[in-house]
Amino acid sequence: MDIQDYFSLVFSDYTLRTITLGTAILGAVTGMLGSFAVLRKQSLLGDAISHAALPGIAIAFLITGAKDSNTLLLGALVSGLIGTFWIRGIVKKTHLKSDTALGLILSLFFGFGMLLLTFIQKQPNANQAGLDKYLFGQAATLVESDVWLMAIVTGLCLFVLLLFWKEFKILLFDADYTKTLGFNTKIIDILITSFIVLAIVLGLQTVGVVLMSAMLLAPAAAARQWTNSLSTMVFLAAVFGAFSGVFGTAISASQTNLSTGPVIVLVASVFVFFSFVFSPSRGLLFKHIRVIKNRRDLELHKTLSFMYHIAETHDNISHPHAIKLLNNFQGYTKSTLQKLVEKDYVKLEGKMWRLTETGFNTAANLYTKQSTDDE
Amino acid sequence: MSKKIAVKVDDLTVAYNYKPVLWDIDLEIPEGVLMAIVGPNGAGKSTLIKSILGILKPIAGSVAIYGKPYEKQRRLVAYVPQKGSVDWDFPTTALDVVMMGTYGSLGWIKRPRQKEKKAALEALEKVGMLAFKGRQISQLSGGQQQRIFLARALVQNASIYFMDEPFQGVDATTEIAIINILKELRKAGKTVIVVHHDLQTVPEYFDWVTFLNVKKIATGPVKDIFNDDNLTKTYGINYKVSIQE
Repeated sequence: MDIQDYFSLVFSDYTLRTITLGTAILGAVTGMLGSFAVLRKQSLLGDAISHAALPGIAIAFLITGAKDSNTLLLGALVSGLIGTFWIRGIVKKTHLKSDTALGLILSLFFGFGMLLLTFIQKQPNANQAGLDKYLFGQAATLVESDVWLMAIVTGLCLFVLLLFWKEFKILLFDADYTKTLGFNTKIIDILITSFIVLAIVLGLQTVGVVLMSAMLLAPAAAARQWTNSLSTMVFLAAVFGAFSGVFGTAISASQTNLSTGPVIVLVASVFVFFSFVFSPSRGLLFKHIRVIKNRRDLELHKTLSFMYHIAETHDNISHPHAIKLLNNFQGYTKSTLQKLVEKDYVKLEGKMWRLTETGFNTAANLYTKQSTDDE
Repeated sequence: MSKKIAVKVDDLTVAYNYKPVLWDIDLEIPEGVLMAIVGPNGAGKSTLIKSILGILKPIAGSVAIYGKPYEKQRRLVAYVPQKGSVDWDFPTTALDVVMMGTYGSLGWIKRPRQKEKKAALEALEKVGMLAFKGRQISQLSGGQQQRIFLARALVQNASIYFMDEPFQGVDATTEIAIINILKELRKAGKTVIVVHHDLQTVPEYFDWVTFLNVKKIATGPVKDIFNDDNLTKTYGINYKVSIQE
């Protein structure tokens, strides 16, 4: 099957439709919530939460003996939340910084989870196989009810986001100030964090413990490059996330042996890469172009003002001077001279140059113009 | 004195771990003063403000704003945090930040409307930043960012203003603009409390001063207590400052 087949089948084929919808919704909700995690400088929180969810999956299986995904995800939710609150506790009660606390909880829970997984695999029980799909995710196991659950959580999340938009925004920007205005910052904080945990847990089946944090970060990091407005950023992150889901599913479905989760994450990374390079205001490419352009302008201005100082000494500003004179000046090149001619600041006559009226006036006003631009 | 007491602090003690940052502070700030809190680094100046505003929980002591606990008097109080306490690369505009000053009176869920926007624009004009209303905040200079913070507090239309080092890292023009606004606030009968670092400007800018170094050293009118004796007690070295009167 190639990509074209995929897009013709996606509306008719039940499995494809379910998986595509599921990954699209997942991408949208994680992108949306990821914006908040990124802006709070809690990028690693998602990684810690997803790893912390693993022992919950194993324990839920050990207790119930069933592989029903809802039960396992409930286990993941509980242990993910426990991990999150331990992180908060560690940061609050000890001198440890939050990155240390995140790393600590991440490895502790993940190690414990792996221990339980290997223990389960050694059990003489036919039912045990397949739990490891939560490590890297397996989108093919998505069924309609999973997608419904995702859709409901996403809808709920969107509703809460719109309702408390103002509160979320001000908490993200300035938590202390928010407190002085009389808002209970703890409630807002717990609300955001709980939704992040919920979204991560929902994605475990599809993308897996190890890669889940990328779903949270990549769309948000890409979106930040394109806008300076929070609402646009959240919206764009949701769109990037959803497209990563759809394209990732399409690519993995059209090739054999390409696991969906990693492909989705790779597609999301392409969005990030593209945004980092090509965003007009923050992208590396345009930044570099601006730097080069500024340098050229400066060189041009320096040369012009050098000529101005020479011309100044004469009564007639358009008195011709030898080009040789300019050779002693560092910033001068043939191309700058050519540019000055193009701008009609300078006229060339054989081996001589002379300033035009506009050139003289521009040069005279160079510095004063710069200082008014500053304020 | 017949003047009302705007802020009253009783036996306030604050500690982060074991060592107290503030020890047994008693403080009365009369209504309508423009007060500087001075003291060396680590003296607890910011901590004092944050404890009064309920951002930090004290170990002991109480705070009263016009005789009532702070929680009941929030609308009377506005706060200008240190500029460095937030991430200025946050995706938002100058106007949007100033609008945040209206969130408190709006309360939960309700969105700012035309009336709030108008108030925010007026505040921007007062600090001379109206032309920058649509500017992304990271593209503002340090002084402009400070003015945005000031405008956000002005929007709250409070009676008491707490400001944490509003002159930190601003140029002379902005400093003059800010001090003029503070003086205007005092003229309007507001109480303004400022954490301040530049001792030279205390007599020129302020009429009231509190010396702080974990304990309260002294508090009162600048002309009575701003002297070498109190400075030495606060800063621990033989501090000399020439006061031109």
